[in-house]
Amino acid sequence: MGGGLRRPRFSLRGPLPLTPSLKGRGKADLPSHLWLLLPAVTANLLVFLWPMLNLATLSFRDSASGGALLPGFSLATWAGLLTDSYYAELVVDSIGVSLLITALTLLCAYPIAWFVHRAPDRWRNLLMVACIAPLLVSAVVRTYGWLVILGDHGLVPGLLRALGFAHPPPLVFNQTGVVIGLTEVLMPYMILSLLAGFGRLNPTLEEAAASLGARPIAVFRRIILPLSLPGVLLGCLLAFVLAASSFITPSLLGGGRVPLLATEIYDEAIVTLNWPVAAALSVVVLAVFGVALVLYGRLSHAVA
Amino acid sequence: MLRVLVAPLFLFLLAPVILVFPLSLSADSFLAWPPSGWSLRWYAALLHHPGLMAALRNSAILSVVVTALALALATPAALVIARVAFPGRETLFALLTAPLLLPTIVLGLALLIIFAGRGLLGTWTGLVLAHLLITLPYALRVLVTALGGLPAGVEEAAASLGAPPATVFRRVTLPLMLPGVAATCAIVCLVSFDETVVSLFVVGPRLTTFPVALFRYVQSRTDPLVAAAAALMVLFTLLVVFIADRTVGLRRAMGR
Repeated sequence: MGGGLRRPRFSLRGPLPLTPSLKGRGKADLPSHLWLLLPAVTANLLVFLWPMLNLATLSFRDSASGGALLPGFSLATWAGLLTDSYYAELVVDSIGVSLLITALTLLCAYPIAWFVHRAPDRWRNLLMVACIAPLLVSAVVRTYGWLVILGDHGLVPGLLRALGFAHPPPLVFNQTGVVIGLTEVLMPYMILSLLAGFGRLNPTLEEAAASLGARPIAVFRRIILPLSLPGVLLGCLLAFVLAASSFITPSLLGGGRVPLLATEIYDEAIVTLNWPVAAALSVVVLAVFGVALVLYGRLSHAVA
Repeated sequence: MLRVLVAPLFLFLLAPVILVFPLSLSADSFLAWPPSGWSLRWYAALLHHPGLMAALRNSAILSVVVTALALALATPAALVIARVAFPGRETLFALLTAPLLLPTIVLGLALLIIFAGRGLLGTWTGLVLAHLLITLPYALRVLVTALGGLPAGVEEAAASLGAPPATVFRRVTLPLMLPGVAATCAIVCLVSFDETVVSLFVVGPRLTTFPVALFRYVQSRTDPLVAAAAALMVLFTLLVVFIADRTVGLRRAMGR
């Protein structure tokens, strides 16, 4: 790509913005322009707001065996969900796996982001493209790539056999495969968030610390790490919510043997045809998102 | 020291995408690495797979239709949101771009339930609506960002010289925002073409999209055919990005 990727500029304090701010401009002559908003708003109501509200209310309906919805308000779905230990385990497992994936993504992405941030200008463009390029590739394709690498006749088991392991442990169709695949799939988001955070670092601070006799480890621990925390938090938020709700990678690499929230929603909706349960699990996913967002807000306020 | 750590991490990040290229040239009849021989048989198999080819045609048509519709719906709204400071503007923008922040598995389920009772599952109308849900927020964000980066002064100058609003838009705003429009087209087209999860909920036995067909194929068996399809998809994506960057400059269009 020609030109130069400029580092994103952010204010020195406060959390990184999730959405761009709108600059005030022009006169408030909305009535004469209102009709211009209508097509987009209508589309939004039709395909977003109405289906989402309908979904939320559906979790308060009950279904007969076979999938037919029963009329009237009912708490049976939620009662079933809250008392069945299968769903409790599902939620706990999903959150646990998502947290593990978030931590691994951060560990793998931090060195890359730091390297890209410190790279000379002409290299940084190329490295940025290498970091972002996987985002443009379909999740199905990238997951298929992991089947090639981790599958029974794949690259890694082949290498392990060549190294003398007669029976390498299975790496796909289990939780290991899901964790490895999702970590890689989510790394670009983490790298971009970290780079946005590093953009706030002032190199003179590190030089000052070093010239005052601080060793590299101390410079990292006392200067770089604290100042990069907003980027770390944003990256962790993104990685966590995406891990907790992703479907393609867990479905293909888990082989139906690793039940997570998203795969369970799909199975309930398409296979079991139990829409109220699928709707209630969707509300659970959104609640997990909400808790993650609140935690993010609190933590980024604390580090600012 | 850092390089020793970063090189394997980059390899980890890029390996799955890079590996599909050599694998697509495998001569084996099942998924194995390294391939025992090289051939183009899986590209030939892909071209002669009626299901995947029909799905590919569907996805191509769908992405063009969705791009045109998303642009038509988002451009007027983006103009108002970027230009008129009205009360509730931030809220409206947040509502219109909210689907971007929500999990696709939930959006897909919500559409499935609405579509099922209205005979929209497995129809073109249903697919187009589902893809508009996913792509409209992207279109709006890119267009609003692009418009925000334009000099507003020239529009006011044209208006103060007596040009009616429609003329100002046609002669001043539209030419200035063309890079943003091109970027929107590229992004919406790619997002629509790659969209898998929401499509999974609304496709039917007779109408399916390419990523969904690939997903189902990978689910049922693993052979190098998908590698051939994947290699072509990666090349197609690179081509769209390259064309968009060469013709308008993606970064300029994104307003950065």
